[in-house]
Amino acid sequence: MTDTRYLAPQTLDEAVGAFAAAAGAARILAGGTDLLVQMRAGLLRPGLIIDIKKIEEMTAIVEEPDGGFRVGAAVSGAALAEHPRFGQVWPGVLEAVNLIGSTQVQGRASPGGNLCNASPAGDSVPAMIAAGAVVTVQGPNGRRQMPVEAVPAGPGRTNLTPGEILVSFALPARPKGSGDAYLRMIPRTEMDIAVVGVGVSLTIQGGTVTAARVGLGAVAPTVLLVADAADALIGSKLDDAALEAAAAACRAACRPIDDKRGTIVYRTKVAGVLLKRTVAIAAERAGRA
Amino acid sequence: MAKLHVATTINGEPMEFLCDPGQSLLDALRGTLGLTGTKEGCGTGDCGACSITLDGRLVCSCLMLAAEAEGREIATIEGMAAGEDLHPLQQKFLEMAALQCGICTPGMLIAARNLLERNPDPTETEVRFWLAGNLCRCTGYDKIVRAVMETAEEMRGAAR
Ligand SMILES: Cc1cc2nc3c(=O)[nH]c(=O)nc-3n(C[C@H](O)[C@H](O)[C@H](O)COP(=O)(O)OP(=O)(O)OC[C@H]3O[C@@H](n4cnc5c(N)ncnc54)[C@H](O)[C@@H]3O)c2cc1C
Ligand code: FES
Ligand code: FES
Repeated sequence: MTDTRYLAPQTLDEAVGAFAAAAGAARILAGGTDLLVQMRAGLLRPGLIIDIKKIEEMTAIVEEPDGGFRVGAAVSGAALAEHPRFGQVWPGVLEAVNLIGSTQVQGRASPGGNLCNASPAGDSVPAMIAAGAVVTVQGPNGRRQMPVEAVPAGPGRTNLTPGEILVSFALPARPKGSGDAYLRMIPRTEMDIAVVGVGVSLTIQGGTVTAARVGLGAVAPTVLLVADAADALIGSKLDDAALEAAAAACRAACRPIDDKRGTIVYRTKVAGVLLKRTVAIAAERAGRA
Repeated sequence: MAKLHVATTINGEPMEFLCDPGQSLLDALRGTLGLTGTKEGCGTGDCGACSITLDGRLVCSCLMLAAEAEGREIATIEGMAAGEDLHPLQQKFLEMAALQCGICTPGMLIAARNLLERNPDPTETEVRFWLAGNLCRCTGYDKIVRAVMETAEEMRGAAR
């Protein structure tokens, strides 16, 4: 057995330095709900574990003066749910994060871990994509920003470069008349992996959709931004033709696997159905906002 | 392998121990510290038998490194009864036969106590969802849920 070391730095610079120096032998530890499972299964034996939860920025939830939110990459689902304002402004993102696992898993699991684990079925990812969230990443060459949809590269792989750490998610300010929602289809009612997941964010003014984004999960090697679906909604009054066009765009975006949870035909069909249901919830919330 | 020194608080008492950097807290509790009340079912976050609280937050001790306990407050089943006086949940579990083999029981109790601390008047649905990460192969859950509901009612009565 190779030696494992554990480091819990207080600053991001220290973490990035150690992460880059370890050159691939290190793993970032946020909530550990993926990492420890993978270590136990023998899939990973990191030489260095870098716990990022002592770095303040990683666990902070900040409502910016302009109304946007900055959510630290290692914030737990439970902590996000306890924030007095976040769930009011971004109910869809919150419900997606809170779908991850049990109460116990929620005590630890983070949106940063969910994104960096890069499962095609990660529940918070479609909702974050729909929200138009942008992540800040810090590495040996400094900081950069990328949209959430640019982070996953394939199952278990991201586009972060060696030594880069995900720092936070920035969610934009919400215009009046905005709402978001996330729905997933699972064979059970709790504690399962999505067969399809859909995140939708809408802004509706005078009954017409002025802005829309759609994130689609578990039907391709990465979670997808479905711009065609959003385009079908924008400018519409969410009439049946617009909804069917958006559903068709989601079906067309599907490149799913065939497995015991869902066949290709089933996943593709459900993607369209879920899109319509999710839009209905987001629209209802937009009407109240 | 270099051991790490961890200073933490368990059930209100300061404790120090040595652990391997990759060792789970569950392992340290049961092995190094001899606190075997916390159970291991799956080791992968699915069953909840290893439930503890960390600074008042319910977590799986199998999904946490022992090293992460440094400077934190841990609560395990060993701290639930005050000497011979059982916690109302423990008493009610016995009275209502909310356990059979008992392997899920410490986790159930820790999780249920954490719920009632946050929400003294949960609905049945809230109890069931809160405990969805605690698996039981024996009872069929119903007795557990009813025991938690009845304890909540009694504790509310006592607090009045
Ligand atoms: C019982 C159980 C049920 C689950 N149910 C669900 C579910 O319903 N839906 C779902 O989507 N997931 C589920 N998961 C998976 C997991 O809980 C989530 O993916 C969770 O969001 C991971 O977050 P974490 O903070 O625990 O990540 P960690 O395990 O700490 O990290 C995950 C991966 O990302 C890397 N990483 C973490 N943070 C960063 C960062 N800031 N920068 C760079 N890399 C980083 C780590 O090195 C690791 O490779 C479940 C897991 C368990 C054990
Ligand atoms: S042993 Fe930790 S959840 Fe099963
Ligand atoms: S009493 Fe046996 S598993 Fe619950």
